[in-house]
Amino acid sequence: MATHCEEIRIGFYVCHCGHNIAAMVDCEAVARYARKLPGVVVSRDYRYMCSDPGQELIRQDVREHRLNRIVVAACSPLLHEHTFRTATERAGLNPFHCQMVNIREHNSWVATRKQDATRKAKSLAQAAIHRVRFHKALQVQRVSIRPEVLVVGGGIAGIHAALTLANAGKKVFLVEREATIGGHMAKFDKTFPTLDCSACILTPKMSAVRSHPNITLWTLAEVTQVEGFIGNYRVKVRRSPRYVLEDACVGCLECIDACVYRSPKFPDAFNEGLGKRKPIYIPFPQATPKVVLIDPATCLNLKTGKCKQTCLEACGERQAIQFNQQERLEEIEVGTIIVATGFKTFDPRRQPLYGYGTYPNVYTSLEIERLVNASGPTGGEVVARDGRKPRAIGIIHCVGSRDRKTNVWCSRVCCMYSLKLAHLLKEHSEAEVYNFYIDIRAPGKGYEEFYNKLLDDGVHFIRGRVGEVTDWAMTPEEEGRLVIRVEDTLAGCVRRIPVDMVVLATGLEPQPDAQAVRRLFNMSCGGDGWFLERHPKLAPVNTFADGVYLAGCCQGPKDIPDTVAQAGAAAAEVLSLIDKGYVEQEPNTAYVRDEDCSGCKSCIPLCPYNAITFAEDRQKATINETLCKGCGTCVASCPSGSIVQRLFEDDEVFAEIEGMLAYDA
Amino acid sequence: MKYGYFPGCSLRGTGRAYEASLLPVFRHLGIQLDELEDWNCCGATAYMSIDETSACVLASRNLALAEKAGHAQLLAPCSACYLVLNKAKHYFHEYPAMTVQVKRALQRGGLAYSGNTPVRHPLDVLIHDVGLEAIRQKVVHPLKGLRVACYYGCQIVRPYATFDDACEPTTMDQLMEALGATVVRWPLKTKCCGGSLTGTIPEAGLRLVYILCKEALKRGANVIATVCPLCQFNLDAYHHDIRRRWEDVRIPTVYFTQLMGVAFGLRPVDLGLQRGFVPFQMPASPPDEPAVAGKPVVAPPTR
Repeated sequence: MATHCEEIRIGFYVCHCGHNIAAMVDCEAVARYARKLPGVVVSRDYRYMCSDPGQELIRQDVREHRLNRIVVAACSPLLHEHTFRTATERAGLNPFHCQMVNIREHNSWVATRKQDATRKAKSLAQAAIHRVRFHKALQVQRVSIRPEVLVVGGGIAGIHAALTLANAGKKVFLVEREATIGGHMAKFDKTFPTLDCSACILTPKMSAVRSHPNITLWTLAEVTQVEGFIGNYRVKVRRSPRYVLEDACVGCLECIDACVYRSPKFPDAFNEGLGKRKPIYIPFPQATPKVVLIDPATCLNLKTGKCKQTCLEACGERQAIQFNQQERLEEIEVGTIIVATGFKTFDPRRQPLYGYGTYPNVYTSLEIERLVNASGPTGGEVVARDGRKPRAIGIIHCVGSRDRKTNVWCSRVCCMYSLKLAHLLKEHSEAEVYNFYIDIRAPGKGYEEFYNKLLDDGVHFIRGRVGEVTDWAMTPEEEGRLVIRVEDTLAGCVRRIPVDMVVLATGLEPQPDAQAVRRLFNMSCGGDGWFLERHPKLAPVNTFADGVYLAGCCQGPKDIPDTVAQAGAAAAEVLSLIDKGYVEQEPNTAYVRDEDCSGCKSCIPLCPYNAITFAEDRQKATINETLCKGCGTCVASCPSGSIVQRLFEDDEVFAEIEGMLAYDA
Repeated sequence: MKYGYFPGCSLRGTGRAYEASLLPVFRHLGIQLDELEDWNCCGATAYMSIDETSACVLASRNLALAEKAGHAQLLAPCSACYLVLNKAKHYFHEYPAMTVQVKRALQRGGLAYSGNTPVRHPLDVLIHDVGLEAIRQKVVHPLKGLRVACYYGCQIVRPYATFDDACEPTTMDQLMEALGATVVRWPLKTKCCGGSLTGTIPEAGLRLVYILCKEALKRGANVIATVCPLCQFNLDAYHHDIRRRWEDVRIPTVYFTQLMGVAFGLRPVDLGLQRGFVPFQMPASPPDEPAVAGKPVVAPPTR
């Protein structure tokens, strides 16, 4: 190859990284060893290669010794490859003529004997010195970024991200599966610890979304297909029929009064089934868009075609109701995507010990949010399902959280919302309120203070995981009530607490279709099913798919402040991409040598990034290098060896192996 | 279908009615039970709580005998036997130090144990090997009008929930429904019967029995079906004392196999039904009404 013509002059640098490397690797010995290897002109050890003087050292040596290859033995390339490539470039070389050797994470941090670690460092150094000889000058590709953004999910995360972007002048498509945006936050009565009215702080943002000229809001809509790559995604969205024209409906709700069902009959999902609705309904008074919808599963006309259609009469000239509305497919092009698909709450039926579904007076926390809400099914009055006003209420923490039988993670919000509900239940009723907790986790601004306030207010706290909620009575006064059996781990005894209402603080879980959504956007999921961020500390809103970002609880349980912060961060990441206008792509992509490709297509289904297509005209496989992540799967599998990956070409890899094996202590 | 059969001491003592009903019912279903030759006491929970290693040796001898006799599976109807034999088997795999001691002790008696023979409970065999459909086909007198509280006791699903859920077992419920009985919701199905406390600290033990019976009656049950000789004895034998201390909560407690026998049309006297202190009779009342008059019936909750 071309590189053989020029004389190879290599500079080798081994970094001490303070004690991180030097304590286990004899850096001077490594430098001495490398100095004797063919092609090495300069070989040095230095305390901190990543420091400015360290980088300056490379520049000086390139100038003085006419170096044309650089090898740095230091930490993981994930941390400093960019640093040393830039230093190499600043010295006037092609950045890809630099190679890094990891002698920290792969060596000094895991080794136990200095002798072995030094030997390994020499061996790795020799491999890199062999390989760098064959490195070619590569060019970084630029991909332009479309300014339109897709936000998936219209909860508080999606709303905040969409508004941030729209306010910055970007076009946003907000896609929401339900009939209204607002998500879980719209169902909450108050927010902890400030006891703000949840609807009062959310609904202004909801109407801002609706009226914003830069936001296209699609409710009852789901993303069905995502194609393309960062900067240039083609997305298909399926919009289910609402049977009501959004533009024609003014939200007068007269059609609901006119419905042939005189009284509401069907469980109302917004009120967690505690209330009833008609087949034509609006989820809640501040629903956005404020447009009614018809549920095809319960509407007489849509089910049987036999109905007086009194709703049509009520709507009159506006003609907003359209029974023949069909599903629509929209196709949009966007540059970036923010996934904010949220969570679902744990189904407590999976823990039959707590009696949910068996005893009517056992509630989930979301049901209580609706029960204490002024616009809820009871107008905010705390009345149990059997009509009784409770004298005592038990709130059981960690239902479906911190539990090896169900979900091991802490759902982060349950302690605080349980405290909030305890406060609200006390405010709305005469009942004694008991909290059954494992630990109280109140790690937020003003959270611990809120806990202290509740202690002062006389809310009872019993530490222990509840063993059972039951209705068998030990004593006459327990007859007819629910009994919470618990080991009080502070008092050191087993207790039976008779109550009239039980609230289960259900934990947060990934959405049931999280795996399908993950595949749709080419993201990853952690073992627990939450979408995986690219780096838990340093890239918490990025995913492994370039141009796709995360916001809110789909990434893991978090409260509203954290969700909003994360949504803002995701929007900022998107904005920085759009404003820059392009991204640079690692050139370690694969390409097909047409003359060798037999057109067998075996590589196409193997590519995890759908980067390979088949060019029918030439009968050859073609790799879209913008999509290629350089995983090498196709390279290894190609029967004719016609796929080549830059930076991992045969001569480079073989030289590296040879260098590794040739080491002689 | 063929199983090795480990009766245990209870089935030859206080639990004779269990064996008396188990054998004809299994025969009726075409299941062959071959009694283990020269079996010994399983040690029950008492020995386990004093010296686990010796207790495991004692129990493992039966497992070794089963292997020697070539039984692919061993049926242990008594709850204590079932638990102890399973525990010995678990410990044999989990604690290598104990394994060595058990092996050595068995060797001295000319025996060897590999730790493989599954120990099965009759409920497990009936539901998972025989199947509810086959059982349903044998029913000639459906248990119409019988409202059963299914009592699993503390031992067969805990700590090893091998064939049913540890907290909310349902196999007996399914079986009773297949026989045509109505199962009442009774949240005490795995609660303690007091065990030997009824003899040692009656105040504590009898209180548990009282609550079990009281709650069964409150929910409209007219019989408690059990799987355990000790449960059956405790729930059946102390009604006189319970009435003196609290109130009368007399309710018959029978083995689930006895109810199977009744449904299969076998003669009550061949099922040991005459052995109970509180006599069991099929109710004459129409199927949908609770048989116990004057007691409240808790309707299944609606949501």
